[in-house]
Amino acid sequence: MKIDLKMVEETARDLYIRALKVLPPDIKSGFTRLVAHETVPTARNVLATMVTNIQVAEDTNNLLCQDTGVPIYNVIIGSGVAVDGHALKDAIRTGCERATREHPLRSSVVHPLTRKNEHTSCGIEVPVIHVDFTAAPDVLSIEMVPKGSGSENNSFLKMATPAEGIDAIKTFVIDCVLAAGGKTCPPTIVGVGLGGTSDLCVALAKRAATRALGTHCNDPEGAKLEQQLSAAVNQIGVGPQGLGGDSTAFAVHIELAATHITMNPVAVNMQCHSARRAKATFTPAGVTYGF
Amino acid sequence: MAHYELTTPVSEAQIRQLRVNDTVTLQSTLYGIRDATQIHMFDRGRRTRFDLNGHAVIHTAPNVKKVEKSPANPAGYAPVCIGTTTSDRMERFTRPLLTQYGVRIIIGKGGLREDSLAAFSELGGVYLAIVGGTAALETTWIEQIEDVDLDDLNPESLWRFRIRNFGPLLVAMDSHGESLFSVVRQDAQARRARVLASLGVKSA
Repeated sequence: MKIDLKMVEETARDLYIRALKVLPPDIKSGFTRLVAHETVPTARNVLATMVTNIQVAEDTNNLLCQDTGVPIYNVIIGSGVAVDGHALKDAIRTGCERATREHPLRSSVVHPLTRKNEHTSCGIEVPVIHVDFTAAPDVLSIEMVPKGSGSENNSFLKMATPAEGIDAIKTFVIDCVLAAGGKTCPPTIVGVGLGGTSDLCVALAKRAATRALGTHCNDPEGAKLEQQLSAAVNQIGVGPQGLGGDSTAFAVHIELAATHITMNPVAVNMQCHSARRAKATFTPAGVTYGF
Repeated sequence: MAHYELTTPVSEAQIRQLRVNDTVTLQSTLYGIRDATQIHMFDRGRRTRFDLNGHAVIHTAPNVKKVEKSPANPAGYAPVCIGTTTSDRMERFTRPLLTQYGVRIIIGKGGLREDSLAAFSELGGVYLAIVGGTAALETTWIEQIEDVDLDDLNPESLWRFRIRNFGPLLVAMDSHGESLFSVVRQDAQARRARVLASLGVKSA
């Protein structure tokens, strides 16, 4: 399968705008579940406002949140796809710039030292583009995640020791949620990375935080811990916006990797209630959009 | 738990009457400020030509569209999407906003800390919590971008918005030493041991 790079550019542009405007159905269902179980009146009001906002954004064709985030594109390339990888990344970057200019969107991206904003949502190494591969032959997918800073600013890594065991993992996750309080725009998806090296562990946490609600960790032990932590985290009482309540998180998600005999790394990355993402799939039949 | 309609600018007495859990809807004028705006105002000696005395500021950096200046868009900007950012990063600017500029109301999300709460008590200020991440809704409460200052910091300029029925907002930190965020934080901390025990954690 050949990939039309001009189409990739258009798609990268459309995906950014689409992700900012329409919340995935699994997140909407997540709100329905939280509303059904929330017992605190203030928290119920806050959740109701969030649900109203989702509708207002769709009705007015506006962005859900003013934070256009750090743009992240996750590309998966099928085994039968012929594409110039370097040109593919360029096309995505151009699409990201065009979305910012043409919509227009607030460029939230600056140089880390000079704080200069190029007003393109791009900069050194940004957009973040991850590339992975699949055995499926005739498919290329691009997922776009505009990662908001309120939640991203509450990212944590602990290189725990094997002797501290799973207790250290559980304690760390709970303490991160406590430390974050209302700053992450709860209810959140609490993404937890376990194992790997320090950098892989943090990347896993991000993958977990941006996974669709209702999906589970592929590893059975990870899936078990996910369930336990998901129940526990909503006993803490931080609540929507940190104003108290039962709805601190939609779920805790875990992604894990093997690690060193001496290591027990745990990372936490959170996704805010505006858990935005959009996906496009290229097949020989054309491009289809989803989540 | 009363509801108040306030038209900015407001007096100290109007702020002192507000208690946590009250709600407020604002009318008239609202100023948008952000990290860079305040870094430049308070660390780099820049002044704004706006009179913020008695006014409300919101922690924001909007999505805007550059347009021709006109009576509808006097600043040359049309609003696209205007929302609220996390306040905590700007904690150290609360006091100078109140002492140097006479600001009375800070609108934000996620809350501010102890020194802000003390400043609200001493100087007569209040923190109104908006629901973060609901910018599409918030944008419908903004009628116009009336003016802009320090625009070299765009999008973190100092924005003057004309607002209508901006709210309801929740009084989350008042001028009598009460903060809903402190209450929730203490409560959550008190639950920690029980939550960890429910996870089978041995010693926490």
